[in-house]
Amino acid sequence: MLKGTITHWRKQLTAGTITPKELVQELATAMEQHNSGTNAFISWDVDKALQAAETADLSKPLGGIPIAIKDNICLKGEPTRCASRMLHNFVAPYDATAVNKLRNAGAIPFGRTNMDEFAMGSAGKNSAYGATDNPAAPGHAPGGSSSGSAAAVAAGMAIAALGSDTGGSIRQPASHCGIVGLKPTYGRVSRYGLVAFASSLDQIGPLTQNVEDAALLLNSLCGHDEHDSTSSTLATEDFSAELGHSIKGVRIGLPKEYLSSGNDAAVTNALQQAITKLTEAGAEIVEISLPHAEAVVAAYYIIACAEASSNLSRFDGIRYGYRAENTNGLDELYSRSRAEGFGSEVKRRIILGTYVLSSGFYDAYYAKAQKVRALVAQDFAEAFRKVDFILGPVAPTAAPQLHNSGMSPLQVYLSDIYTIPANLAGLPGISVPCPQPQGGLPIGIQLLGRHYAETALLRVASALEQAFA
Amino acid sequence: MDTPGIDVAYIARLAKIELTEEETAKFSDDLNQVLEYVAQLEKWDTDNIEPMYHPLPIYDAVRKDEPGQSLSNDEAVQNAPAAQEGQFRVPKVVESAH
Repeated sequence: MLKGTITHWRKQLTAGTITPKELVQELATAMEQHNSGTNAFISWDVDKALQAAETADLSKPLGGIPIAIKDNICLKGEPTRCASRMLHNFVAPYDATAVNKLRNAGAIPFGRTNMDEFAMGSAGKNSAYGATDNPAAPGHAPGGSSSGSAAAVAAGMAIAALGSDTGGSIRQPASHCGIVGLKPTYGRVSRYGLVAFASSLDQIGPLTQNVEDAALLLNSLCGHDEHDSTSSTLATEDFSAELGHSIKGVRIGLPKEYLSSGNDAAVTNALQQAITKLTEAGAEIVEISLPHAEAVVAAYYIIACAEASSNLSRFDGIRYGYRAENTNGLDELYSRSRAEGFGSEVKRRIILGTYVLSSGFYDAYYAKAQKVRALVAQDFAEAFRKVDFILGPVAPTAAPQLHNSGMSPLQVYLSDIYTIPANLAGLPGISVPCPQPQGGLPIGIQLLGRHYAETALLRVASALEQAFA
Repeated sequence: MDTPGIDVAYIARLAKIELTEEETAKFSDDLNQVLEYVAQLEKWDTDNIEPMYHPLPIYDAVRKDEPGQSLSNDEAVQNAPAAQEGQFRVPKVVESAH
């Protein structure tokens, strides 16, 4: 296993104590020896990574640093399967813009990380390539859907990784694995080459060992992309600029709705610790209200499934992906290819999405959910008139047992209650690990900021991380 | 709002996914539970609220209508489950004339 952050390895690389090829080789050895234990990676191509390492430009900000890539982000010439049988034979014909930007910054994309199929799930169990174990709490779920990205970083099989977050899929696995996960503002990072789940909610972001690395990765990922018209035209910033700066006088809101009795005692304790530490660092904690907090899960699952049912209609067994054999006619080719190619959770969500968009139900479900979404966004706009950031849990519980199958889909959906709001409103959010007593499961603390306020959000996250250390 | 119960078999046909009887029964149970839960949205007053289809106020993003680079023919069909002479191969969809 490999220890050390991006900053650490950048120093080693520029000092010449290790070469980019040696670093790739070290990671390849770690993957070969330990991946069978966690199943964090679905595939990796050592030769391609070594080839990229050969020409790595060490003068670039991420020069020579291998980065693991979630399996739903296109990596040219390598399998991009979304952990689905549907895409088992799919080889991406182009790089996602985020991958392209990493390459331009000198990084070496290396390893495709496991995930919940098409990013639908929050335990990493919905993968056609098997579940991922949590290296920080063996026998427990690593969270999802970016299960492999979080597990790989936590295990020391990746220095850092890219994930995607539609309803918490970066922040929640980061929390369960004891690492940092950042969901940028909607539109900060181009979605071109990210296999679409719910286009108005999806966002790519980093999973890293600390806040500094999250800022470093974000520095290279942003900027408008002509291939994604929703990507922001704002100039990119130096997101590291305020790391280490004081948070004296910063106003942080604590939604009273988040102090639920449904939270585990350990989660409540972690939140209390964060309040104490932030107050000691000079921040002012202010109680606020998000009146529609209880409506977010209902609104989210209608909107996300509706968008998914539309996005996943492209998997028809014709142009790419799995095709069923011995079918009779076009209609049967579609319906059997989709039946055999998709896993259970994906089918369940496509059916829910198709239902809420179907004639007669559209207004009652889909239009209503979009109106409630507007109310959720208004709650945040109102809150951000009083405070600069919002503090809360990432999830109501720590990582559940990996093989606990006693939960209904609805119970699983309800555990997304604290991460979903940032996606509905398009806000940036970060999960920072809170130290736990010996033997305790990892638990993260979530901070949310205003649209495009990542630089300041990272400052507060870094202050919290320092205070926890 | 009424939750009359989802007809999973019918919706699966719309979604073009063939389901087994077990799947149909399981999804009916699961999704009726979800629909019962989401019915709570009704209690929020949304009169005069515009639906929010997108998190940012972006409308009608258009670009100049100029040809750009695209995938080559080979690249476009490289992932097809069946291809021939640079084309996607599909089952016969047109009835014979006689």
